[in-house]
Amino acid sequence: MAKYLLLKHYRGGPAPTVEYPPMEEWTPAEVDAHLQFMRDFMARLEESGEFVDEQALAPGGAFVRYDGAGRPPVTDGPFAETKDLIAGWCVVDVESWDRAVELAGELSAAPGPGGRPLHEWLEVRPFWGVAPTVTE
Amino acid sequence: MNGSLLRELVPAVLGVLVRRGADFATAEDAVQDALVEAVRRWPVEEPRDPKGWLVTVAWRKFLDAARADGSRRRREERVEVEPAPGPAGEVDDTLQLYFLCAHPSLSPASAVALTLRAVGGLTTRQIARAYLVPEATMAQRISRAKRTVSDVRFSRPGDVATVVRVLYLVFNEGYSGDVDLAAEAIRLTRQLAAVTRHEEVSGLLALMLLHHARRPARTRADGSLVPLAEQDRSRWDTRLIAEGVEVLQAALARDRLGEFQAQAAIAALHADARTVAETDWVQIVEWYDELLRFTDSPVARLNRAVALGEADGPRAGLAALAELDPALPRYAAAAAYLHERDGELATAARLYAEAAASASNLAERDHLTRQAARLNTRLRT
Repeated sequence: MAKYLLLKHYRGGPAPTVEYPPMEEWTPAEVDAHLQFMRDFMARLEESGEFVDEQALAPGGAFVRYDGAGRPPVTDGPFAETKDLIAGWCVVDVESWDRAVELAGELSAAPGPGGRPLHEWLEVRPFWGVAPTVTE
Repeated sequence: MNGSLLRELVPAVLGVLVRRGADFATAEDAVQDALVEAVRRWPVEEPRDPKGWLVTVAWRKFLDAARADGSRRRREERVEVEPAPGPAGEVDDTLQLYFLCAHPSLSPASAVALTLRAVGGLTTRQIARAYLVPEATMAQRISRAKRTVSDVRFSRPGDVATVVRVLYLVFNEGYSGDVDLAAEAIRLTRQLAAVTRHEEVSGLLALMLLHHARRPARTRADGSLVPLAEQDRSRWDTRLIAEGVEVLQAALARDRLGEFQAQAAIAALHADARTVAETDWVQIVEWYDELLRFTDSPVARLNRAVALGEADGPRAGLAALAELDPALPRYAAAAAYLHERDGELATAARLYAEAAASASNLAERDHLTRQAARLNTRLRT
């Protein structure tokens, strides 16, 4: 088994394949259907024994760095509309890269306006594994 | 004996150990060890005197721990030769434990964790799960908290107000896990109310009971939030409401009003309305004015503005809101609500979307997004 991070962005990633309005411009039924899809997806992962973690991030925040002794850290943010922002992630523990990609594909099919899949890009990243005990 | 009945014995047992001269940190670990043993052995044979059994086992565990720790040898010898003090007031012990665990030198998160463990008898693992942190992190938080209060004299009286705040936090903030934190907060507040005649403890207990009564109506099966105005009031727990009102009335009769009693009075007025239309908003505004005598909490001011909008119309509410800082949490949501009531649907939709973007939790964000979606859909047709 190997762990993969399925990373969801607010913005960023390759060029979008489907353009859609922000969620507050959908109908309430479309919003509900989308949220239900996400809950069902996570529930299926738990059932299949592949779920590790799921967290969502609020859009606020900033970049921060050290600015020398005795000085407060420098911040850059909150971010302009154009910057890539991470919206949240899901960590899965699966048999293979192919399975991780399959799951990301399912998640990307979350419904949007008119119930049509959003085709949203998800970033899939492998975690470093553990060093094996037996090496020869 | 079920888990929470067993845990009710914790403060008294811990109190006995501390009064016999055990140091708080070691005694607290010993009581936890005794609880683990009780959970294992009592299903086979429940003792006739559960508390006596726990004291005996916990004391033995304490002595084992003290013996194992060479640096504690002298103290151990002292406690073994010193006769145990006479029967100490169980009531005092319980109260002192609450004071110690909510000591002002502790951060709120530490006080919460220590209270849940040392007074509530929950395990570190249960507390960690409730706050979504690793067990090792919670263990560290608790042991640092114990070190922080290690020099506080057990018999020194504390401030009930700090205890009340810690219990309010337990009730109001927590995630899930296998422990119902709201129910646990109510249990701990009841236990505290039984050993102190403090009006604000009663006020807090009433507030908790009245809010807990609404819990079945507060979320849909899918976990989404149902605002107060849309709740199915037949699903409110009338038994809890009756108890909350009774506790509150007894407290108010003592004529020493405080923040939590005022908040409970507002909750009681909502509980009293069979439909949202029957809500006595005029009285609710008056209670917010009372509340603001005790706290300058911006949240209270914001809620007052919304209540005023119901009592005197949305324009009055918006005028009151205009005097507050727009950066306040839920400001945009309150403004959206009042603008919608005033018929300004486009403004309301924009504000709901803005509120969603600045919400502090997903349930609220989803609810506010849905509100914006609802208005935008209406505006299109």
